[in-house]
Amino acid sequence: MMSKPAHLAIHNVTRQFSVDSRTVTALQYVSLTVAEGEFITIVGASGCGKSTLLRLGAGLDAGHEGEIRHRGDVVQGPSLDRGIVFQEPRLFPWLTVERNIALGLENATVSKAEKKRLVDEHLELVGLAGFAKAYPHRLSGGMAQRAGIARGLVNRPDVLFLDEPFGALDAITKAHLQGELQSIWAKEKITMILVTHDVDEAVFLGDRVVVMSPRPGRIREIVQVNLPRPRDRTSSTFGDVRARVLQSLNGTAHVRDPQPVPTETKSVLPRPAHAIAAVG
Amino acid sequence: MAQTTSRAVRIRRGMTLPLLLLVLWEVSNRTGLVDPRFLPSLESVALTAKRELLGNDLIFDLLSSLARNLGGFLVGAVLGIAFATVLAMSPLAGRLVMPTFNGFKQISLLAWIPLISVWFGFGEQAKIVFVALACFIPVVLNTYDGMREAPKDLLEVGQALQFNARQRFLRIYLPSATPAIATGIHLGLIYSWLATVGAEYFLAVGPGIGGLVIAGRERFDMAMVMVGVVILGLVGFSLNRLAAVLESHLLRWRPPRTA
Repeated sequence: MMSKPAHLAIHNVTRQFSVDSRTVTALQYVSLTVAEGEFITIVGASGCGKSTLLRLGAGLDAGHEGEIRHRGDVVQGPSLDRGIVFQEPRLFPWLTVERNIALGLENATVSKAEKKRLVDEHLELVGLAGFAKAYPHRLSGGMAQRAGIARGLVNRPDVLFLDEPFGALDAITKAHLQGELQSIWAKEKITMILVTHDVDEAVFLGDRVVVMSPRPGRIREIVQVNLPRPRDRTSSTFGDVRARVLQSLNGTAHVRDPQPVPTETKSVLPRPAHAIAAVG
Repeated sequence: MAQTTSRAVRIRRGMTLPLLLLVLWEVSNRTGLVDPRFLPSLESVALTAKRELLGNDLIFDLLSSLARNLGGFLVGAVLGIAFATVLAMSPLAGRLVMPTFNGFKQISLLAWIPLISVWFGFGEQAKIVFVALACFIPVVLNTYDGMREAPKDLLEVGQALQFNARQRFLRIYLPSATPAIATGIHLGLIYSWLATVGAEYFLAVGPGIGGLVIAGRERFDMAMVMVGVVILGLVGFSLNRLAAVLESHLLRWRPPRTA
């Protein structure tokens, strides 16, 4: 892991909001380095700033201190190289499923035929091939979220951010979609960063589980999950990792106070030549 | 099958009151309960309708009214949507203009007639201006509200997908406002028909159903007045149905409502 160059580097990020003239620190000195193709899960209680961190990474929020770099470039707003899937599917109700997915390619430089091919391919990938012409109100919650994931994936982003994408689904659909997401990730090799409050989900999907704690939001611990995929939730090793994450969440594990990372350790990246090719 | 039955039942129920009123009308007439000079019999209304249809220019009157209505409606609706779009898309323009517009809409439509007649005379132009104004107001209010209420969630999706202003408008603001715009157009269609009748009453030059009613009143021919009133009602009803059909077609992406 350490030998790979930092794909996404979050360095000493602090984000404060003013709520009723009081200052709330949503994130404090958060630093995290993500390797290319890695699956990071971020778990924590509500209010720990995990969604804020995700929105900063996706470029949908700003006003933070510290720095977030993607392929060496400072993140200064949304980019087609960074996709996002929200907790609610956020489909456009006036567009059919296929046209919703095609929105992900709206500003991509692909030909019409290529667009059609990509949309069809992703409909297939998320198992919605039979629902291309359906309007969103005809879909179940799980199907709608699949369409949301397809829209996030269709443009082949470099990094896909997922903000509690299965949070609103029932347990069975959720387990099913987790399995599907894991195989999509294995197949497509896209870096994924998923925020969740579900420890089971975090351990099932993550190469590393980032445990965050609230007030102020900070990284408590990063738990490495060295288990073969697809993972067996009922195995004892899975249980061990889950217990480790839970311990950390409950604050029983010893954690040092948040401190800024010294700047010397900040990964100095030469700007990779392919970053230019990836833009646009 | 169940659906056709319920539809038939619905129509039957809807027809009950009008039929009862017709019966009451006829009975009170036959029994001499009301003076036939004030409320003519159904038969004489039918005969008058036939006379106006065959002997006079009833069809021409109707078409003139409809043309006036349609012209004013189109002008009002197109200008209204364009005006509201500018106000909704530019927060500054909206804040500058909307308070004034909200005051302006409180002025009774009929109060405009003296002004319009001075500015535009009593001819066709004045009538169309009046009808267009009647349509313009509900179209502006509804379009503006609809666009202002574009879902923040979807605007954020647009932000993540790097939509430009044109894409934001065509993909999010406009479609999310279509239910409200449809409501505005629906109201505009009804108001413009009412205004057509009003224009023909108050700016009484030229052919039209309003003119027919006025002629009936002047000749004390109540049957003729009733023919006019019935036609006005039927046209209003048809326009309303037409708007409903159009609306459900435009908004077919919405989940069906249980009503």
